[in-house]
Amino acid sequence: MTTVITAILILFGLAVVFGIILGYASIRFRVEGNPIVDQIDSILPQTQCGQCGYPGCRPYAEAIANGDAINKCPPGGQSTIEALADLLDVEAIPLDAEHGEEQVRTVAFIREDECIGCTKCIQACPVDAILGAAKQMHTVITDECTGCDLCVEPCPVDCIDMIPIETTIANWKWPSPTDTTRLIATDLGRGQEQQQEAH
Amino acid sequence: MGKVFAFHGGIHPPENKKQSTRTPIRDMPLPKVLYIPLQQHIGIAASPVVNIGDRVLKGQMIAEPVGRISAALHAPTSGIIRSIGPHPVPHASGLDSDCICIETDGKEEWVEHHGLEDYTRLEPGTLIEHIRQCGVAGMGGAGFPTDVKLHLGDNHIVNTLVINAAECEPYITADDMMMRERADEILGGIKVISHLLKPSHIMIGIEDNKPQAIHALEAALKGCELNIDIRVVPTKYPSGGERQLIKLLTGIEVPSGRIPADIGIVCQNIGTTAAIYRAVHFGEPLISRVVTVTGDAVAQPQNLNVLIGTPFADLLDASGVYENKLYRLVMGGPMMGVTVEHDQIPVIKTTNCIIAASTDEMPPAPPEQPCIRCGMCEQVCPAELLPQQLYWFAKGREFDKAKNHNLFDCIECGACAYVCPSSIPLVQYYRFAKSEIRTEETEQRKADHARERFEARQARLEREQAEKEARRKARAEEAARAQQARKTASETPVAETGSAAAVTAAPVDVKALKTAAAVARTKLKKARTALKNAEDKGLDGIDTLRITVTTLEQKADAADQAYKDAEASTVPEQAAAPAVDLKTLKQQVSIMRTKIKKAETALAELDGEARAQAEQDLSTLRQRHEEADKAFKAAEQAQIDAAAAQGVDLKKLKIDAAMARAAVTKLERSLAKTEEDEARAALEAELAIARAKADTLNNTLKQHEPA
Repeated sequence: MTTVITAILILFGLAVVFGIILGYASIRFRVEGNPIVDQIDSILPQTQCGQCGYPGCRPYAEAIANGDAINKCPPGGQSTIEALADLLDVEAIPLDAEHGEEQVRTVAFIREDECIGCTKCIQACPVDAILGAAKQMHTVITDECTGCDLCVEPCPVDCIDMIPIETTIANWKWPSPTDTTRLIATDLGRGQEQQQEAH
Repeated sequence: MGKVFAFHGGIHPPENKKQSTRTPIRDMPLPKVLYIPLQQHIGIAASPVVNIGDRVLKGQMIAEPVGRISAALHAPTSGIIRSIGPHPVPHASGLDSDCICIETDGKEEWVEHHGLEDYTRLEPGTLIEHIRQCGVAGMGGAGFPTDVKLHLGDNHIVNTLVINAAECEPYITADDMMMRERADEILGGIKVISHLLKPSHIMIGIEDNKPQAIHALEAALKGCELNIDIRVVPTKYPSGGERQLIKLLTGIEVPSGRIPADIGIVCQNIGTTAAIYRAVHFGEPLISRVVTVTGDAVAQPQNLNVLIGTPFADLLDASGVYENKLYRLVMGGPMMGVTVEHDQIPVIKTTNCIIAASTDEMPPAPPEQPCIRCGMCEQVCPAELLPQQLYWFAKGREFDKAKNHNLFDCIECGACAYVCPSSIPLVQYYRFAKSEIRTEETEQRKADHARERFEARQARLEREQAEKEARRKARAEEAARAQQARKTASETPVAETGSAAAVTAAPVDVKALKTAAAVARTKLKKARTALKNAEDKGLDGIDTLRITVTTLEQKADAADQAYKDAEASTVPEQAAAPAVDLKTLKQQVSIMRTKIKKAETALAELDGEARAQAEQDLSTLRQRHEEADKAFKAAEQAQIDAAAAQGVDLKKLKIDAAMARAAVTKLERSLAKTEEDEARAALEAELAIARAKADTLNNTLKQHEPA
């Protein structure tokens, strides 16, 4: 009988000790905020364009964390959807056309002769990439522009163009030797057909 | 001769070096045009310091370095700058990039230049700056600006200087010929570098397939006070790779992701040392280099001393190219070089070889077959990587895994692809994966930067909002306090307020009179109704009522008269008062317009007699609207004229005009979109107004604009 009681007491004692340790740890190592939001936010392209229907990338990241669809980001395109699907362990779905289509990356360009200096585009730019003052010509800092085209609409004289980013030797990429993902032998037929087309 | 170690892997491809070493280095005839690319290496492109049409002398700087990793460019000969713009450049992409085009004049007129008298007495910084100004860059592979490497002594302890003379790639013999003919220059350059870096040990690594070069170097080294070792290494590709050569000579491996300087070693190519020698002793910038022109499709494979910027076509002509045999033109060696499509691509500081290959020599790549996991690639990889694993990852786009398998330690030597029995273009897969990873990283960096800026902006807006709120609160409090003060003041009336009241008495009077007249009229009306009531019902006191009504009538008349008099006296005042209030007028016009619209809608619903009545009303309204509009326009014009008289704010006018024009465009666009007739009519009307406004503004603008 005493052995049983001893065993119970020892187990009880252990439970109390571990409980205290775990309770302390949960307070001491508490993580502020929702870490998954940060991870989602780091995958999103940060154009802050609002095409997803949220006012910026972070709000959309929060919405995804709360269960919104992952296919509402046209600037990120399929690669972002895949990265999100990977992170959240869900199925990768095609881009929702309702929010726009995946397009080539662009930067804003202000035709400076026509600019009247109204500052409306400056107020619209989510990343402060437009430089200028009231009644002074404005200009876009190309390196900072995310290509969100939020500045195009407010311009009263329509002097902002979205120009596709040119391929130069600085941003040129090596092409893939084959376009197919022919990883296993049974994929062979498909790959050969395409190779023959290429030759 | 010291001990030589070994590196993992390597291959022994056919050397094909003998063809181009039969004749000494020959000077190229002067080409007609030179194209000097502004960017010849990683880092920042040089910035041109000459203009189109300028005459430049040989050795004159034509583009200056921008930032730390950037090299100066000099005119290779005297001539005229023809253009600065896109031209095909030696790059795997085959894209155009900015080049300075010089039309040579054949005079070879040198700019004034002189060497440093005694560089050993100069500050190291001054000496390195001199080398930087001469545009010396690594001539072996990447074209890295040499001055950056020479500064390595500042924060690294350099104990070993390795001079790379291995030249392991087949076909290329430029360095070999340099050593045979210019060993003294090479030695002179080594002395300068050794003065700057102060290494305890200098090693020249050279492959054993260059006996004549070894003899030449040994002869030059006789009597040299420096501790220089010539280490002959066995011929094996790629022993000329920086990391491989260091492993061969010292037995030390450069850690992944680090540079040789981190383990106290600096490596320089022998071509670079010769360039340093010429820069320091003669003040000659790097304007020419030795290029091997070889391959089955040239009659005379040889080494040429070529000016930087010479198009490949001139090199091929000088060596007698067989156009019909030429299958492809390769820039660099057969292992690491790239096929180029354009023969106007110029020689740059890193161009060591051009191969004009026939079909037999370099046949088209056989089709890629599946990997059989034979492991031969792993056996030959000099970087001790797992090529087939990297291949799977690159193909399956699992770039993270490729990175974790040290993809970036791959030197793209091509040994794996050379031995692959399935002829898989492995290096192309690695290059593809590397550039994908790099692009992804750049995009990630850009995204992080954008996020930072977005958050900073958000914080700023919030702060501004808070400040605004605080200011508003402060103002409200101020107002409340002022109100309080006024209240206290009014409770204790002071004598002074009396006079103020007298001043305001006159306008108040009119108002009071009006009220009085209205009150009198109302009373009269009430009395009349009462009288009528009484009469109808035959009540008592009708007489009294009658008298009251008469008195009231009199009173009302009097009040009315008084009011009218008072008003008449104030009217002129009002007319003279601050001209016309444009805003009020505008408001009136718009109110009128709304009324008309309402009336029109109502009209549509009515019919019969009421309709006629409504139509009449509407026409009156329209008339009034027109009048108001006219008044408004006149007032506006008057104001504009007045402004003109005072010197119009031209800028404001311009902006107004631009806005008006934009409004017209917008309206036109929406008009084009609208299909409903009614909406169209309304839009057209608006458009007409907008156009008129834009025209007026434009005219005014033209009048006021300085001729």
